[in-house]
Amino acid sequence: MASIRQALTDAARGGARYIRGADAGVSLAQAGQATALQSPAARLVDRTVLVATRDQLAAVLALIDLDGVARRLILCAPDVVPDRLGEIAGHAGADAIVSDTELRGPGVDGLVHVRCGTAWTAAVSPPPPPHRETEWVLLTSGTAGAAKMVRHTFATLTGSSGSAVPAASRPVVVWGTFYDVRRYGGLQVVLRAIVGGGSLVLGGPDDTLSSYMRRLAALGATHVSGTPTHWRRVLMSPHAGAIAPDYIRLSGEIADQAVLDALRTRYPRARIAHAFASTEAGVGFEVDDGLAGFAADVVGADGPVAIRVQEGSLRLRSARTALGYLHDGDGPLADRDGFVDTGDAVERRGNRYYFLGRRSGVINVGGLKVHPEEVEAAINRHPLVRMAKVAARRSPITGSLVSADVVLDPGADADGLRQEILTMCRDTLPAHKVPALVRVVPSLDLAATGKLARRAR
Amino acid sequence: MADDSRLSLPPLTDDLVLLDSGLDSLGIAVLVARLEDVLGLDPFTELASGEAGYPVTLGAFVDVYERAAQAHGVHSTSAD
Repeated sequence: MASIRQALTDAARGGARYIRGADAGVSLAQAGQATALQSPAARLVDRTVLVATRDQLAAVLALIDLDGVARRLILCAPDVVPDRLGEIAGHAGADAIVSDTELRGPGVDGLVHVRCGTAWTAAVSPPPPPHRETEWVLLTSGTAGAAKMVRHTFATLTGSSGSAVPAASRPVVVWGTFYDVRRYGGLQVVLRAIVGGGSLVLGGPDDTLSSYMRRLAALGATHVSGTPTHWRRVLMSPHAGAIAPDYIRLSGEIADQAVLDALRTRYPRARIAHAFASTEAGVGFEVDDGLAGFAADVVGADGPVAIRVQEGSLRLRSARTALGYLHDGDGPLADRDGFVDTGDAVERRGNRYYFLGRRSGVINVGGLKVHPEEVEAAINRHPLVRMAKVAARRSPITGSLVSADVVLDPGADADGLRQEILTMCRDTLPAHKVPALVRVVPSLDLAATGKLARRAR
Repeated sequence: MADDSRLSLPPLTDDLVLLDSGLDSLGIAVLVARLEDVLGLDPFTELASGEAGYPVTLGAFVDVYERAAQAHGVHSTSAD
């Protein structure tokens, strides 16, 4: 059966291939005979394993070690703070944890602990050969901060979708990713590098944009992936000219015409493609005609990826669609015909569809999801706030920003309170969830249901 | 904004690299939104093909606003 280790053995172009992180790197030629685990992987056979590393390279090596060996791997994104690991372990039914740091706490102490690192070690016996299909679980943000767990396999993560995987037409393909590899977008890059016979250059936990770009430049990265927000940052960096990729990929957010044009001007040689992909729906399609949106004729067409627009919402079905959520309580992931409602609102203008934003009101700030309800709850904790409504505001830099309208108690000092509300949000929410703008308004519209009136903008 | 974010700013010179100013892309996005509210200008959404593109330095950032102000017939030095 398919597994990462098998794919590495099959893509035997081996010798010079590598994965490079901030302080260390490994040769992929040794991937079959070595392990990055510091105790034998036999301890993890058929277990449900949390992969919770500080370093991206350590996470990738653990995946190579354990795919086909463990029952289930839960990839903990970097923003999963250590004190939530126990909760996630409980929800996922984990009985083991692999990490490059010492992790302790309620719900974590009782797990089988295995340390991993950023180098192959010959001192420990390599994992047994792949003997099962391992389930890979990715976390996406749900309402009120609870993570939804999305189930994939190596097959659904790499399955043929008809979207063009850039062929290894050059002798050397070196991938780079501005996405973290524990998120769907970054994991796609890892798997493309491994399956497609390339090498991979990763960021480290202490990297800045500049230091990572210098590494990409030094190693001659040819294929580089990130969100439109990542790419705008690259274009604003003095090191933008240091890299010369052949292929630039944008996904995870709406790619507007300005960022596509600016990339074209900056990197005239590169193939620039924006892709639609989500953790649940998988990689849908890729657009490389240099224009925002996508051609209307892909909707309803036959092919490995079926695309529908229903009630203004984009729906996808393909071999790359996730198997489902880990918890039935999170609802079915696809409809009866196997289509996943992406929740992205699209609008047809002429022969093209354009993305409008999220139908549910979820705000996408630079590729990170923000649920308005969570920010409203933080604001409503202030005793002089009567009501708050949080919505997206368009941003040419991060796609969207969080904006809040608040109704205060009569007679309250609006200017002073605006500052207090912001301070309170900063103390309780991560930076991307803190409202960029707080407006004091006399009242807020309620829908007929008595709930705040929301609409996708 | 520096007070809001509890930042200390380096000296603001024309050749200061924006991403070294203490603002990350989120910070720059907030600055651009607040400037739009004050000036009524959103030059980055209008960023036309073939233009210099996204600014690297503070000087280039101010230039983008000055050009937008001229294009909109706004006679103001408030972007400085």
